[in-house]
Amino acid sequence: MEPIIETRNLRVEFRAQNSGSEKKVAVKDLNLRICGGEVFGFLGPNGAGKTTTMNVLLGFVNATRGSACLFGVDVREPIARQRIGYLPELTYYYKFLTAEELLRFYARIFGLPRAVADQRIEQLLKLVELDTARRRLIKTYSKGMQQRVGLAQALINNPDLLILDEPTSGLDPLGRMKVREIIQRLKNEGKTVFFSSHELGEVETVCDRVAIINQGELKVEGRVADLVKEHQANLERIFLNIIGYQPESDA
Amino acid sequence: MNTIFALANVVIKELYRRKDFYVLFVLTAVLTLLLGSVSFFQDIKVVRYVKEIALLLIWISALVIAIATTARQLPAEREHRTIFPLLAKPVTRGQVILGKFVGCWLACGLALVVFYLFFGVVSGSREHSWPVLNWLQAFWLQWSMLGIVVALVLLGSIVFTAPSSNATICFILVLGILLLGRHLNQVALQQPEPLRSVVYGLYFFIPHLEWYDVRDLIIYDHQLIGWGDCALASLYAGIYAALLLFGAWLLFRRKPLHL
Repeated sequence: MEPIIETRNLRVEFRAQNSGSEKKVAVKDLNLRICGGEVFGFLGPNGAGKTTTMNVLLGFVNATRGSACLFGVDVREPIARQRIGYLPELTYYYKFLTAEELLRFYARIFGLPRAVADQRIEQLLKLVELDTARRRLIKTYSKGMQQRVGLAQALINNPDLLILDEPTSGLDPLGRMKVREIIQRLKNEGKTVFFSSHELGEVETVCDRVAIINQGELKVEGRVADLVKEHQANLERIFLNIIGYQPESDA
Repeated sequence: MNTIFALANVVIKELYRRKDFYVLFVLTAVLTLLLGSVSFFQDIKVVRYVKEIALLLIWISALVIAIATTARQLPAEREHRTIFPLLAKPVTRGQVILGKFVGCWLACGLALVVFYLFFGVVSGSREHSWPVLNWLQAFWLQWSMLGIVVALVLLGSIVFTAPSSNATICFILVLGILLLGRHLNQVALQQPEPLRSVVYGLYFFIPHLEWYDVRDLIIYDHQLIGWGDCALASLYAGIYAALLLFGAWLLFRRKPLHL
């Protein structure tokens, strides 16, 4: 089965700021292979290299060494992004546009015909419950509404792969549940979802497989049920052990 | 092309949802109408001064719109991080540059249409003559010149991080070319070598924006410029804009973007 996402010995180095010529390794020889229909959780503490890996997958940053492919196409080729949807952690949209205009803009970028775009925009605005606010400027939206616009834009092209960077960050419990429902729905439709999150309970609920990365290195990868069985602990405990956290009561 | 026009459409929407254009238009209109209403010694030639002032204000306003709108495009995309969901789509960085260029240039064109319509109404109603072709020619040449300016500012927005420094440097550069560009060859003749060659080199290197300034032809009711010359000037502007955009693409295509 051809992987949807594949990284081979992926290494990303940055020249660290304020330290002369010293290089910081953000991702160390990362090997990932994610197949179609999987919901894959990409975990790690802040600064572990999750976002950098996503940046490479999305073509924002070039790898220092190794390779990264989406649907078997090198991520540096724009065509690799034809079948993906991306939701950034925070809302980054043109605030002078309305939700409908924003979705139409992205639909044009994907080259969707007008009739298809109209239908898709209608469906998505209903899905994220913004159909009544569709003609309001995005700058007047609450944070939750902006996050929902983000989700709608990520789905505009009916993507086969969805990359979500902390999709529930800053959402209220209802908003989180809605996002979980959408991920579940996409999974049922056979879509692949790759997402990073700090909500380990949520990851345990929706993910088929997870990978935990720390200081740029892949520490653990596998099916959630297998990891829980192997380590005799829940995902949160496994995560804390891997990053070397010792609770004061254990010390 | 679809992607480029989609990007351009967003730029145009942004300009017309901000207040800059309206403020500049109202300022130009109020100043022109105020000056136009003054009658100096019952001199009928006063209409020339009105035309001169109106055209000068149009030139300044168009330059401000072109430079201010273009200078904030790429830095704002990075600052507000809208560049990330955009580049996560099948969009190349070259298309982003071209889309921004087309958007800013079309936005300037729309603003110029409004300014020239206003000028036409003021000038025509005072002179009782309507040299529409002259106005069209002046409009086209000014718009072509703005194409070079927009491409220059776009290149500057990749070199300089802050939009304000880019806008200031580009404004000084453009004004410098408009005011001094035509004299550089004469200045070169008065210099000793090797300075003479350097100044001559500069004379041939800079885009001669002053060629597109045909305000005097309108003010003093001169004949039309030959359409062949107009086409050559448009070609010259096209080549310069293309070279500047190519430079912008070279700098932008491998620039790392971090979240």
